[in-house]
Amino acid sequence: MTRGQKIEEKFFKALMILATYFILAILAIIIYSIFEKGLRSISWEMLTQVPQGGYYYGKGGGILNAILGSLALAAGATLLAFIIGLPVALYINVFLIRHKKVINVIRFLLDLVWGIPSIVYGAFGFSLMIFFGLQTSLLAGILTVTLFVLPIMIRSMDEILRTVPIGLQEAAYSLGSNKSEIAFKVFTRQSISGIITAVLLSFGRAIGDAAAVLFTAGYTDHMPNGLLEPVATLPLSIFFQLSSPVPEVQNRAYASALVLTLIILIVSLFSRGLGKRYHKTKINF
Amino acid sequence: MDDKSKIEIRDLNVFAGKTQILKNINIDIPKNKITVILGPSGCGKTTLLKCLNRLTDLYPELKVSGQIMIDGNNILAAKEDIYKLRQQMGLLSQRPYPLPMTIYNNISYALKLRGIKNRRETHKLVMHYLEQANLWDEIKNRLREPASRLSIGQQQRLCLARGLAVNPEIILADEPTSALDPISSQFIEETFVRLKTDYTIVLVTHVLRQAKRIADNVVFMYLGDVIEQGSAEEVFGNPKMEKTRFYLSGTFN
Repeated sequence: MTRGQKIEEKFFKALMILATYFILAILAIIIYSIFEKGLRSISWEMLTQVPQGGYYYGKGGGILNAILGSLALAAGATLLAFIIGLPVALYINVFLIRHKKVINVIRFLLDLVWGIPSIVYGAFGFSLMIFFGLQTSLLAGILTVTLFVLPIMIRSMDEILRTVPIGLQEAAYSLGSNKSEIAFKVFTRQSISGIITAVLLSFGRAIGDAAAVLFTAGYTDHMPNGLLEPVATLPLSIFFQLSSPVPEVQNRAYASALVLTLIILIVSLFSRGLGKRYHKTKINF
Repeated sequence: MDDKSKIEIRDLNVFAGKTQILKNINIDIPKNKITVILGPSGCGKTTLLKCLNRLTDLYPELKVSGQIMIDGNNILAAKEDIYKLRQQMGLLSQRPYPLPMTIYNNISYALKLRGIKNRRETHKLVMHYLEQANLWDEIKNRLREPASRLSIGQQQRLCLARGLAVNPEIILADEPTSALDPISSQFIEETFVRLKTDYTIVLVTHVLRQAKRIADNVVFMYLGDVIEQGSAEEVFGNPKMEKTRFYLSGTFN
């Protein structure tokens, strides 16, 4: 290496190290402040009760309604998005194999709608609700969030499915498999850990979004009570508590953020474990 | 036309966009013999093999024209049942691609595609095909393990067993030993020689020594053309074309 090359190497290495640790430090600060403020005001009461009158001005109660509401909403939306999304991703990768242009158009459109802010989905969901005469409800929230996470779900699964080696597809076709067998026996099995990751990613987006549920799922201080009733969600609960002028309630917002973070952490760990379990049956390249 | 020909290729042309990969190919592949398709990299050997079981369908950029007659049926005709047709041929590719399932299920899946669902019969046949591929003794206690845990050489023999399990008449092999160690390669070669009494084998290779060891019949290809074809003694012993002689003497490869 010449001297110039050595300096160049050092410079870029330093740049990469700096960028990496800078962003890690920021993330650590965010997580630290959530834990620091959240742990101070989290309590058993908060996790097991619904808000009582005057909760947002410092009176007693908790956010159980929002925890359960968020879980129901995110689980419903993720399940629905999975049921719709997997066939789409398989269709793109197995059945459209001879139509590269169609594939490109579909991928482009999905990437486009991926970027649309969730408030627009919320507004769209709201206008649909007016059209059908629905009121704010868990169902309306689930449908809207499903639309919102579908592009994420489909494109993440699609990116995994397209890595299935063409040689493996040829091997399966040469045995006389038809396309649906290839889709389920080869693509789905081969990509199972990636599919789980896609589901997790979608769940994280679904449970963390406030804007899409604002008009559609509504908000309530009551426990979730069926698909056709409004439901509270954690992001909105955080928003309302943070908007309170009372510092104690603002700290409860951090406690709620802590709960949300922990839910995502648990789901993430759980799906990783699942992914590893299935990973063993994969081809080892 | 030889009445013992299993496969007759007539005026086969393959284009990828404007590039012609195969140029007016005419080949007769005799039954129950090992036909070796020989030639330097990029001469169209693999594409030719993929035409034989219409894996070319998977590549939208490839345009195939001409005729490939197997037992007198033109398999390039659109109306042929492509899935059934592929079951007449077992494929062995350059690298082994076991299906993402257990060793046992790799074979039983192939049997299922052939219509065998009876458990006892499946058991018997799984053992039979693993024995045929020279693999049974090594793995008989590991049948429930994922196929990916096998060594590459074992995986390739598993793929051979799986290919045989659909009960084909033809075995297509695309440089099946190029990723293998010498002992596994020898296993595969020996298996081919043993299998040719029941199967018609088409082997693509660029390993001249391998071709000399096991070929009954040789097709020499160069840049999309068939330069010379005939029995192994003829082509290796007394090549008629200059290009063949160059290749055999190692002047280019």
